Amino acid sequence: MATSGDSAALNFGAARATSPASAADELRRDLRLIADMIEPGSRVLDIGCGDGALLAYLARYKSVDGRGIELSQSGVNACVGHGLSVIQGDADSDLEAYPAGGFDVVVLSQTLQATRRPRRVVEELVRIGRQAIVSFPNFGFWQIRLSLLLTGRMPLSHCLAHPWYETPNIHLCTIRDFVALCDEIGVGVVRSATLDRHGQPYSLDPRGSLANLLAEQGIFVLCGSADPQYRESRC
Amino acid sequence: MRVPASLRLDCGVDFGPFTIAYRTYGTLNEDRSNAILICHALTGDQYAADPHPITGKPGWWETMIGAGGVLDTERYFLICANVLGGCMGTTGPQDIDPATGEPWALSFPVITIRDMACAQKLLLDHLEIESLFCVIGGSMGAMQVLQWAASYPDRVFAAVPIAGAARHSAQNIAFHEVGRQAIMADPDWCGGRYLSVNRKPVRGLAVARMAAHITYLSEAALHRKFGRNLQDRLAVTYGFDADFQVESYLRHQGSTFVDRFDANSYLYITRAMDYFDLAAEHGGSLARALEGTRSRFCIISFTSDWLFPTSESREIVHALNAAAANVSFVEIATDNGHDAFLLHEPELFATLRGFLNGCAEHRGLGRSG
Repeated sequence: MATSGDSAALNFGAARATSPASAADELRRDLRLIADMIEPGSRVLDIGCGDGALLAYLARYKSVDGRGIELSQSGVNACVGHGLSVIQGDADSDLEAYPAGGFDVVVLSQTLQATRRPRRVVEELVRIGRQAIVSFPNFGFWQIRLSLLLTGRMPLSHCLAHPWYETPNIHLCTIRDFVALCDEIGVGVVRSATLDRHGQPYSLDPRGSLANLLAEQGIFVLCGSADPQYRESRC
Repeated sequence: MRVPASLRLDCGVDFGPFTIAYRTYGTLNEDRSNAILICHALTGDQYAADPHPITGKPGWWETMIGAGGVLDTERYFLICANVLGGCMGTTGPQDIDPATGEPWALSFPVITIRDMACAQKLLLDHLEIESLFCVIGGSMGAMQVLQWAASYPDRVFAAVPIAGAARHSAQNIAFHEVGRQAIMADPDWCGGRYLSVNRKPVRGLAVARMAAHITYLSEAALHRKFGRNLQDRLAVTYGFDADFQVESYLRHQGSTFVDRFDANSYLYITRAMDYFDLAAEHGGSLARALEGTRSRFCIISFTSDWLFPTSESREIVHALNAAAANVSFVEIATDNGHDAFLLHEPELFATLRGFLNGCAEHRGLGRSG
């Protein structure tokens, strides 16, 4: 796939580029949408928090009691240096210590596809948080499908910028795959949103095949119960 | 400060009255809310930021403390007290036992990290500081920080244990035992009564310090500083002189240490560290020891520290997570080993400054100027 010259392009797989100091103006589009889903004053755990842009935004504008986990030590040090409560850790190995229901919201943004055991991670998210917000790149996006079909090589895009041999994204999935996983492990989808390649939300049913084709990424709000009363497939 | 009352020690002895020697830097604000307790390490003392009265060397944390420093004396009121059992003014085994008129020596009661924290608490009561803005310390200082957080959670707003552990490992107990045996094997130790007979186990204490000093460094740092370089000579001498620079360095470390440190204090304080196991007091659960804490924690470790490795800090972090505590955890990349907490590590300083600034805002101490 040709690389996009779009300046509003999202940059998955790379560290979040926004510095906490300028969080208000430059918060990445999908993070902004996630922030809008979080109630003021909540207790929030941001897993894979990068340099803390979302946490800084939530602390400043939503009086959130925020914590972060970040794999890269430089990211952690930057966060702590900015007064955020962040630990160096790993979504695969460091979630078990957290008590059940310890947070109102657990955020996993653009990280699920880089974990070793995504299924286990999703289960941990809804155990630790009353709600979990998960965003990920949709591998069913039409440009990715077309790229593989036409070139016969692993798709590269501004979303998935790493060649196959050095990508951190080892467990890519489509939106339908993700919804199927949630159904399989009994995790309820409370809300969801699909975004186009400019980070603008689509008004598409995330369970439908059109979303799976047109959306470049999905954002899902999950809860531990698959009880239908929590379900609301669109937002 | 003279503590008039007695203190019930972990060993069961009611100890006191006794003396606590301490230094302060900066000014206590009107709300009495800007106090930071600095906990020193095994061979540290209260002279954190002014010259040592015996050696004349700069304070052990002078890089950290000062006007505009990370521990900003224009903003915070810093307190650093010599630990119970120490030899720089707080009552320890070299002092006179009023019951006998002789130095305590081995009749001094065995003390623990909790006893040290208890004594510090008495000092804070004396200073009328109800709640500390922060308790901070490295190595054994980190143990005291954790003890403070567990014993007096309501008096600790922020806790910064650096290069520490919630319990002393078997390997570390083993190293301490080597040091103690070196002291006790010195004929001048005299069963601990060396002061009464006007002698001093300087050789044993120096060997203890040399062995310990190796554990404070890293192989990479030793190699960087000394390699296999020879000391003031062009070739090896085929003898047991200090041919290598690293030997000469260690001998120097050993011989200067004995001038400023008491051998029995070394025995007692290393023992206190060995006994430290915060989880053991709470049914083996570190999370339970720290349950319900509202303190803000910043746990710091160093990549090349093999004495208190990052895995130890990570255990503390996991326990704090399980206790739903507010915790930050930073591992600093350095080849300076355990001693890194005493050195100028820019990333350590930047992180600490940020953490303390964030805490100060939450504490209502305002933003840094």
